[in-house]
Amino acid sequence: MVTSLRPKPGPVRSYRFPEFIDQKLPNGIRLVIAPVPKLPVVTVLVIVDAGSTNDPVGKEGVAALTAGLLVEGTAQFNGAELAEKFERLGTSVESGADWDSAFAKITTLSDNLDEATTLLGRILSEPAFPEREVERLKAERLAEILQLETEPRGLADEKFSEFLYSPDSRYSRPDEGSAQSVSGLSRADVEQFYKARYRSGSTTVIIAGDITPDRARTLIGRVFQQWAPGSADDGKLIATARTRRKSVHIVNKQDAPQSELRVGHVGLPRKNPDFFPTLVMNAVLGGLFGSRINLNLREVHGYTYGASSFYDWRRGPGPFVVSTAVQSEVTAPALREIFHEIERIRTETISAEELSLARDYLDGVFPIRYETTAAIASALAAQAIYDLPSDYYDTYRQRIREVTAEAILDAAKAHLHPNELQTVVVGDASVIRDSIAELDIGDLQVHDS
Amino acid sequence: MRIPVETFRLDNGLFVALSEDHTAPIVAVNLWYHVGSANEKTGRTGFAHLFEHMLFQGSAHVGSNEHFELIQRAGGTLNGSTWLERTNYFETVPSNELALALWLEADRMGELLPAMTQEKLDTQRDVVKNERRWSVDNQPYGTMLEKMQELVFPASHPFQHSLIGSMEDLSAASLDDVAQFFATYYTPDNAVLSIAGDFDPAVARALVSDYFGPIPRGKGKPPLPPMTLPPVFGERRREVVYDNVSLPRLFLAFRTPVFGSDDYYAASVAAAILGLRKGSRLQRTLVRERQVAADAGAFTFDLAKGSDLLVIDVTARPEVPIGQLEEEVEREIDLIYRDGVTEEEVERAIALIETDLVTSLQSAGERADRLSMFATYFGRPELINEQAQRYRAVTVQSVNKLIAERFGEANRASLIYVPREGVETESMLAAAAGAT
Repeated sequence: MVTSLRPKPGPVRSYRFPEFIDQKLPNGIRLVIAPVPKLPVVTVLVIVDAGSTNDPVGKEGVAALTAGLLVEGTAQFNGAELAEKFERLGTSVESGADWDSAFAKITTLSDNLDEATTLLGRILSEPAFPEREVERLKAERLAEILQLETEPRGLADEKFSEFLYSPDSRYSRPDEGSAQSVSGLSRADVEQFYKARYRSGSTTVIIAGDITPDRARTLIGRVFQQWAPGSADDGKLIATARTRRKSVHIVNKQDAPQSELRVGHVGLPRKNPDFFPTLVMNAVLGGLFGSRINLNLREVHGYTYGASSFYDWRRGPGPFVVSTAVQSEVTAPALREIFHEIERIRTETISAEELSLARDYLDGVFPIRYETTAAIASALAAQAIYDLPSDYYDTYRQRIREVTAEAILDAAKAHLHPNELQTVVVGDASVIRDSIAELDIGDLQVHDS
Repeated sequence: MRIPVETFRLDNGLFVALSEDHTAPIVAVNLWYHVGSANEKTGRTGFAHLFEHMLFQGSAHVGSNEHFELIQRAGGTLNGSTWLERTNYFETVPSNELALALWLEADRMGELLPAMTQEKLDTQRDVVKNERRWSVDNQPYGTMLEKMQELVFPASHPFQHSLIGSMEDLSAASLDDVAQFFATYYTPDNAVLSIAGDFDPAVARALVSDYFGPIPRGKGKPPLPPMTLPPVFGERRREVVYDNVSLPRLFLAFRTPVFGSDDYYAASVAAAILGLRKGSRLQRTLVRERQVAADAGAFTFDLAKGSDLLVIDVTARPEVPIGQLEEEVEREIDLIYRDGVTEEEVERAIALIETDLVTSLQSAGERADRLSMFATYFGRPELINEQAQRYRAVTVQSVNKLIAERFGEANRASLIYVPREGVETESMLAAAAGAT
């Protein structure tokens, strides 16, 4: 017989987020060094304030295209040669853009760090943007857009953004651009975007892993010597909701065995005074396996393989969204449960057990999040992108532990808006339409996919 | 780079691997049971995976879903997964919670059945059916794994049937099946336990023997039918699936040497030469130069018995019909079959693989999982430290020998997805091809 006595935790061992040095190089680049001498591995992550929210109107996708093209040719080497050079060093460079920044990243064995970082510097500071590669990456993006038509999860995400934000918001369109905007992009657009935004004052280099601060400073100083000075302008972001009234959009997919559901509204910017209570509140609502929404939809009803809610944290107010896929026949009851859970967390104080589960999880899991050099580098990137205080990671666990049930109720009341919820369903309209129409969740429209 | 490994075995047969690392107050616990979909009975496809779900539904001293709750409350992460040859369960927790993770695993290994009810089985059956809809039926190319298994393994072979199972078989699973499966396969002598991270080995040994020691040894499991397969298919195989997809996609499989054998490493390097990252053959030729593919890759299944598979995965550009894509891919394979690969290509592949090996070992969970894998398949968790060396021993000669033996016409199986709207064009193409 296995003992029935549940073990008690031992004494907590202390943990500190890796110490890091944050400084400005003489040329204006911000350099963050986190020496982590665990394994002979180093991650170098470069972020530039050149994310998709900076796409000019009508040129949506140019930020992503520019970042993607960094690895496709320099003054000296073509794209194939670059790939070959990186990969013979056992690394490969990833580059891209999200809403808030462009990035280029390598993870390499320490022995190859100098050579790989030198190449990384080259691709960032002297990209050639060959015409042929511009056209190829555009065509690959168009192929991706075409794939979405038959991929219900991606389609639901994209339609949700479209119906959530006003049409003049950059957030209402795909971050990598639509078929129309991408088709219109040219090499000149890319070059212009690069020249305007890839500047030393807009660049942060993060280096985490098996390296000393002195060596990192010398290396990065040398590699990023030729880097255009100055900073890019701060863009103006519109992020207003398309409507404040509840509404339902069914994107019709004939014979779909499941309905992909997205329910939510415009959320909060990453940097806001209620971040911690909102984070813990969402963990109770839908952020954990043991959260209300997942237990209700999956474990009580068996409607789904999984259901969750999250705030998509961005510089501007990203979406708050509940996301799941349910068997078509139970679409309406599942939606009813989701609305019920959002309402319930705003009206009743959560129990002590729910509070401790969410808080203890977020507090306790903290060290597990930073096992790798790549994870440490991306945490430091978030700190730079969202302008978080220098003690953010040292005080994170304390801030989580301080959140009370009352603060969670306040956050739910302030930051969940049941009367503004937008619902997107990608599913078979003929099966789900009537039962959804009977719910009181807003005017219903059916769209072809 | 070497990570420390020590092992011991309890009297009931449980094999244990330990690997200390005190750089952070984190410890990973990982259990592999040597049972997977290959062990399912006829008419019970999907059972091993459904059973994995039942393991989170409580045991003698743990309530339904309490396993998840207790680990998350402790600040840990957890999950389980099912594969053809094994099922694993794993937790990463703050190191002061090691005892909790071990106790939870012991309780469900020792006394699962008192907690099982028909209601729990019915709910998890619905959850798994929704998992099937989500990951297989309502996902483009989602049927790839089960269609590939059918195409490349003979009818009676244990790897031939679907892992997630058919809706019909899932409906037929009973509580009695649960009890039998548990008694047969979830025994200490059919499991490996690995612990990696921040712990005191003496304490860990004591905990393991206290919690797992009282669990009785199993009565043995029925042997699998013969797994061994000829080194090649012996014929050209080709299956076309008309499906709800936007772009044609070709999966081209070769039978290759089983995971862990010397020749496996040559096959793994060949897969990396063909499809790992932008500098690989298929990325360079089909995606970059000729621009007929939107994406291209290659991977091995890593099966330790019967035969492994090396699979090439190429998605067409929108304007490229499947016939052209097939020709272009075959041409690349013919070329490599005729001329082999170069020294430089082998070096590139090994360099990339070696970096991946080292970076993956940063995570305690990965270390524990690999220790369990090598212990389960080969009884030698210390193989974790020999992988870089095994890869470095691969030469251009060994890769070319592998290619010569395995890349011929008689060892190619194509699984081809074609958009449903493309059906007419495709059948016209087939008719045209048939006329010549």
